[in-house]
Amino acid sequence: MEIKVLGPGCPKCKHAEKVVREAVEESAADAHVEKVSDMLEIAKYGIFGTPAVVIDGEVRCVGKVPKKEEVLNWIKQ
Amino acid sequence: MKRIDNGSCACVAVDRKRRSGSTRAMLVYSSLGALALYVWWFTYGKLGLFSSFVTYSLLQIEQETHLASALEFFFYDTPKVMMLLVLVIFGVGVVRSFFTPEKTRDILSGKTEFVGNVLAAFLGIVTPFCSCSAVPLFIGFVTAGVPLGVTFSFLISAPMVNEIALGLLYGLLGWEVAALYMGTGLTIAIISGWVIGRLHMEQHIEDWVGGLNGGAGQVQEEELTWHDRIVYGWDAVKEIVGRVWIYVMLGIAVGAAIHGYVPESFMASVMGKEVWWSVPLAVVMGVPMYSNAAGIIPVVEALLGKGAALGTVLAFMMSVIALSLPEMVILRKVLKPPLIGAFICVVGCGILLVGYLFNVVV
Repeated sequence: MEIKVLGPGCPKCKHAEKVVREAVEESAADAHVEKVSDMLEIAKYGIFGTPAVVIDGEVRCVGKVPKKEEVLNWIKQ
Repeated sequence: MKRIDNGSCACVAVDRKRRSGSTRAMLVYSSLGALALYVWWFTYGKLGLFSSFVTYSLLQIEQETHLASALEFFFYDTPKVMMLLVLVIFGVGVVRSFFTPEKTRDILSGKTEFVGNVLAAFLGIVTPFCSCSAVPLFIGFVTAGVPLGVTFSFLISAPMVNEIALGLLYGLLGWEVAALYMGTGLTIAIISGWVIGRLHMEQHIEDWVGGLNGGAGQVQEEELTWHDRIVYGWDAVKEIVGRVWIYVMLGIAVGAAIHGYVPESFMASVMGKEVWWSVPLAVVMGVPMYSNAAGIIPVVEALLGKGAALGTVLAFMMSVIALSLPEMVILRKVLKPPLIGAFICVVGCGILLVGYLFNVVV
């Protein structure tokens, strides 16, 4: 599984990355987490706000820090 | 409140239950809300007593001294500002849960220029926005066919006319100043955006933006219940207050020092009406200062008390909030220097005009 956290590096984005990493660790899923801070890369996803979480190419959340339970849910799906 | 069974096998039943639960939940929330509002209002009315108690009884400061005056200001304004912030951010947070940048974009795309500018300025108040999202939002708007000028109206209004500024101005300086600020802020956003649109500077957007496909990869809109909206409002309170409380304390501390130690009417000679260069100076000084409304308004309150002119102070405040260096750095990723320059000039001129206008009128 390929998880990307999109965000230029504001405090919220870092928080989102932390939450996602914690969730991945907790679920023990075989997932690779990557933080994307390049604007051009981020813009390619056509999102409106950061932080955003993309799992296997699908945008799951935009403009807010997800809750750990939410991330766990996405990983399970 | 009854727990709603969220089992996945009984979707229809759950749906019905949730709907009846939502009416009941709304009742519970509104009565709880009324109670909380009453407690808030009662406490708010007692803050004056609290500050004099802390200053004179608890800390035993001698009356009529500079220190006493400064401390009383600090212990009055800090809880007052915090309480106002919590109330206003929560209220606006709930309102904002009805808006998303996506919806705002859909409203704005395809609008004619002037109508679009006006709408964009107003939507800037209620659309959730943080300045670190300025770039993706800019790209999203422009690639979806929102005119450049209209996009700018939004980008100017969103940080400048915000719930924190309005709530604090209302609480500290009265509704007249809050209304003035909102009215002039919106006007600047509308006119500046319109002017930028007229300048036809589309070629000064970085080239890579044009190659992007807007609107791809959207998330499904989730239906929010009243419970969700209240949680949303409360999260906003935690997030924003957690971020700005230090600015607020610093702002009030500076304000308190001004209040206690700067001689009466001292500011009149520097920031008074008669000093013509005070408005441009205030604008220029405001740009590199990076603070938000929460930190700057207590300072503004203290300056006004010492004889500074309202127009000058408004100009200073708008410049600090609307023209911030970090935001320019972020926007530089999508805008070429001429467009950034035009942005700063147009908005700066608008703020100058507002400053002079109020110094003449008030």
